[in-house]
Amino acid sequence: MSGRRLFSVPARRAALAPFLWMLLFFLLPFGFVLKISLSHAVIAQPPYLPVFDPAGGVAAFKAAIAALSLDNFRLLASDHFYALSYLRSVVVALVSTSILLAVGYPIAYGMSRLPARSQPVAMILVIVPFWTSFLIRVYAWINILQHDGILNKVLVALHLVSAPLVWLSTDAAMYVGIVYSYLPFMILPLYATLAKIDPALLEASADLGGSRLTTFWLVTAPLSLPGIGAGALLCFIPIVGEFVIPDLLAGSASPMIGQTLWLEFFTNRDWPVASALAVVLLVLLLAPLLVYERVQRRRLEGAQ
Amino acid sequence: MTNEARHGSEAAAPADLPLLQVDAVVKRFGGFTAVNRLSLDIKAGEFFALLGPSGCGKTTLLRMLAGFETLDSGGILLDGRDISNVPPHRRPVNMMFQNYALFPHLSVRDNIAFGLRRASLPRAEIDARVAEMVALVSLEGMEKRKPEQLSGGQRQRVALARALARRPRLLLLDEPLAALDKKLRENTQAELMRLQRQLGMTFIIVTHDQEEAMMMADRIGVMNAGRLQQVATPRQLYEAPNSRWIAEFVGGINIIDGEVESRVAGRVTVATQAAGQVTAAVPLQALTTDQVCVAIRPEKVRLSRGEATPDAGHADGINRMEGVIAGISYLGGQTRYQIRLDRGALLHASVANTVRLETNAYDTAQRVVAYFAPDDCMVLDR
Repeated sequence: MSGRRLFSVPARRAALAPFLWMLLFFLLPFGFVLKISLSHAVIAQPPYLPVFDPAGGVAAFKAAIAALSLDNFRLLASDHFYALSYLRSVVVALVSTSILLAVGYPIAYGMSRLPARSQPVAMILVIVPFWTSFLIRVYAWINILQHDGILNKVLVALHLVSAPLVWLSTDAAMYVGIVYSYLPFMILPLYATLAKIDPALLEASADLGGSRLTTFWLVTAPLSLPGIGAGALLCFIPIVGEFVIPDLLAGSASPMIGQTLWLEFFTNRDWPVASALAVVLLVLLLAPLLVYERVQRRRLEGAQ
Repeated sequence: MTNEARHGSEAAAPADLPLLQVDAVVKRFGGFTAVNRLSLDIKAGEFFALLGPSGCGKTTLLRMLAGFETLDSGGILLDGRDISNVPPHRRPVNMMFQNYALFPHLSVRDNIAFGLRRASLPRAEIDARVAEMVALVSLEGMEKRKPEQLSGGQRQRVALARALARRPRLLLLDEPLAALDKKLRENTQAELMRLQRQLGMTFIIVTHDQEEAMMMADRIGVMNAGRLQQVATPRQLYEAPNSRWIAEFVGGINIIDGEVESRVAGRVTVATQAAGQVTAAVPLQALTTDQVCVAIRPEKVRLSRGEATPDAGHADGINRMEGVIAGISYLGGQTRYQIRLDRGALLHASVANTVRLETNAYDTAQRVVAYFAPDDCMVLDR
């Protein structure tokens, strides 16, 4: 069936807006990055070659095209420093997303069961950390986790440990920072789907002999799957590329891809390799999005 | 059709213990008393309707029977056993929800099988029971569909099949037909009655639609402000309401305030300002004061052109009042007239259109005589 007649001409024009946005602020810049990733580094301004020069005409353009190469991608494939960096990013993102789901689900579930008038308050409490700059909040964690920080002082005062422990510059500190920072992104979509579940469905389950646990597994959990998917994506994707939190809270032994990218870009001033890293990262992140999109489409098709 | 005739054979059933006993149940929400010391017995095999305006507590009572609301005091006994503290998933009671509450992620088959699986029945029996239910509500071929892929009527049938699958002792139906259009609703009412008799189950239906309640139920409990105002057969409810409130709530009625003038030989004479003297049968329920009202159903009011009142010869003390036709509404099967009596009252009369080519109809502003027999007229406390 064709849905073309559903909207008037102005409405269809308005629907173009997101595409224009995508074109201007995503596809076009990505084109630049892709081009740079196929160039090679030089000590110059800009720090790569070839550069398209419209003054040179068609011949210069052809020469520039011929000068593009996949060398940077070959480098990424040959040096397993990069592969390890990607791997660590994906592992950190997977572990973090799992922790976020485990922590966020009960909170979102609890929020959805609050009396209707308390729910907006709970929602504000979830969002309120955003009122403070993200960087300041991460620095605050340094304060809490450092050698003579609040955490160690409390632990020592309670005689739980005899000497201060090392928290800062560990993976534990990094996970604390990530889970803390991304929790709202997990809770909000989960809460949105959980709050939409008709309470009559839970009553129907109980009426038909379902205990509370059965009702949760057979009704609540399956109906909250879209929220789980959205929350997981909303966390997983930015965590893979996360730079600030691992840089400030984790040790320097094995960098995440965001840190590696920063290293190539600013320390090594190798824009082409940094661009190649970014291109591969994007392709990597498209995979879970495509899976999510396919699942969503199947759900919609099933609904028709 | 009379209800006595429909239910006569079951009246002799040996079960002397009611299936369900509701005993002085109270439910408060904050300062609001939703159900106020309500008691009610329901026999096995009965089709019972809880009727009342919105907010009267009928849904709260139903939800207490299902176990979704706790009692503040009183008790609910099923087969003589107190179930008021039994959680919903352990009660041999099932409910059909107002908006059906079908599980959107499960197919028709899985919705119907949900309760059977919780009862840990063997798979073969579950399959057989699901097939039986699907056939019962004529949903063959729809087993794999999701609720979204069904029409409103089909969803209603899935909800019914799901609630019946566990063969509950008691089936609760919360406004089960409210979401259906008129035609479908009428068919479904007949279908529900057929199913109830075929399965020999006990149904309690909550509705705000009195026609629906009268059509389907053996007995109707009319609720108002948390109390049962009257529990009776549809006929009793209509012809012998126990209060002015019931008389006004069930069906249309003319009510005229007056004062008891005399009581002679089974007749009460009431003096009214708006309609003169009205003679009525002595009410079954004793009147508390002489300040009363007379109540007469519109179809019991008859009209004539006034020369001579028919029936006057053999009905003693027939009520006869003169007036002018003030309004006419033609409704197909009947015509409703509004008569402005000379004494002031506005009387409604409905006349059955028993002849296709009516040449005898009344016109607006025409002078008429409205008359009715004392036995057709009720006297109630004001």
